[in-house]
Amino acid sequence: MIPKSFDYYAPASLDEAMRLLGEHEEAKVLAGGQSLLPMMKLRLAAPTALVDITKLPGLSYVRDEGGHLAIGALITHDAVEHDRTIKERFTAIHDAVVRIGDQQVRNVGTIGGSACHADPAADLPTALLVLDAQFVIRGREGPRVVPARDFFVDVFATAVGHDEILTEIRLAYPPPRSASAYVKHSLREADFAIAMVGAAVTVGDGDVCIDARIGLGSAGPTPLRATSAEQYLGGKVLDDETIEKAAEMAVEGADPPSDVHGSREYRQEMIKTLTRRSLKLALSRVK
Amino acid sequence: MQRAKSEATKVAMKVNGKQVDGTVEPRTLLVNFIRDDLGLTGTHVGCDTGHCGACTVMVDGKTSKSCMVLAVQAQGAEILTVEGLAQGDELHPIQEAFWKNHGLQCGFCTPGLLMSGLYLLQRNPDPTDEEIRRGIEGNLCRCTGYVNVVKSVRAAAKSMREGREGGA
Repeated sequence: MIPKSFDYYAPASLDEAMRLLGEHEEAKVLAGGQSLLPMMKLRLAAPTALVDITKLPGLSYVRDEGGHLAIGALITHDAVEHDRTIKERFTAIHDAVVRIGDQQVRNVGTIGGSACHADPAADLPTALLVLDAQFVIRGREGPRVVPARDFFVDVFATAVGHDEILTEIRLAYPPPRSASAYVKHSLREADFAIAMVGAAVTVGDGDVCIDARIGLGSAGPTPLRATSAEQYLGGKVLDDETIEKAAEMAVEGADPPSDVHGSREYRQEMIKTLTRRSLKLALSRVK
Repeated sequence: MQRAKSEATKVAMKVNGKQVDGTVEPRTLLVNFIRDDLGLTGTHVGCDTGHCGACTVMVDGKTSKSCMVLAVQAQGAEILTVEGLAQGDELHPIQEAFWKNHGLQCGFCTPGLLMSGLYLLQRNPDPTDEEIRRGIEGNLCRCTGYVNVVKSVRAAAKSMREGREGGA
């Protein structure tokens, strides 16, 4: 299978890349291509031009910026997996990344590419939403910062405009006694997940919940936050009973599809189960 | 800036240590360039959808599925394919290990598995069975049931470690 014909550009700078995108209405950014190229081969996507930004210098890093961690958009999943700070402080991202595709995909796919592809069944968007990531988008008028809640707009659609490029993802360091987790259920390891849930908690004395965040993937057109369950947990002791109740509430706002991989009812049950597991896993990681 | 109109463009890269060039359309997949233009048919096309890993090669030292990479993306890169493993008549230790441990039956997936196995051992010279299984998760084999593949990678790890120690 071969994609439809397209022009190929590998610009030397971000400005040049943005200009090319502006000139080609049907252009797509190539940032690893582990989702885009398979879609082009199946002719589900047929851009007339590809702007390959993978070789742009200076966009592959993990940097401590004091209050937050800055992650360059072109860092590969494999490099994210091996970053110690991400593993220790932003564990939900680590959990998500180790289960993306397989080693070959992780060697080539990038965090920015995955975020901008915005597949509701992909791993990273849900994990990024749970950790309230901030997205730095470069446009011709300079950079702007968009919170995760506003970044994911629809299926395969984000806040990044046609001639804009995502350059950085920022994660605020969580307060002490915080931890996060991401879990998913798929029948085979490399399959897209039937259900996925991320959770982040901050607790006080006696496991009293100061803050809880729950994100659901494959449960609607974009990753979703289970807001009512999050609010319910605030101020409660996190134990089997409250976690069970939160899991039941989490499923209320979800709108999972029915398809060949799993029925809506099955997915709803799995969301409940995974919410419970992710909250317990996050809680067990609090130091 | 590298720029290529849809018709055809020149690419140059190093494949198995040898400088090569060719003329490709931007939509030409790396695997097709390797097989059809360079005639290196050891790299296989299995599913052609990015699932099976039979087309796995190393691009600048990292495994990737060459059916999910464009030939133009590999401009200036160093590629290693299965043909680059043996030194003359002498098999690479990982090939030797697959041969001795029956790590293949029909052999279709083997070129990709050799690459994934080698990449794992370059980063982790003494992997556990679990780490080996994770390392080869992107390569499907419909014959062996993987048991002998894991055994082969384990044996290759041992002989590569001993080779290194012996040679040091």
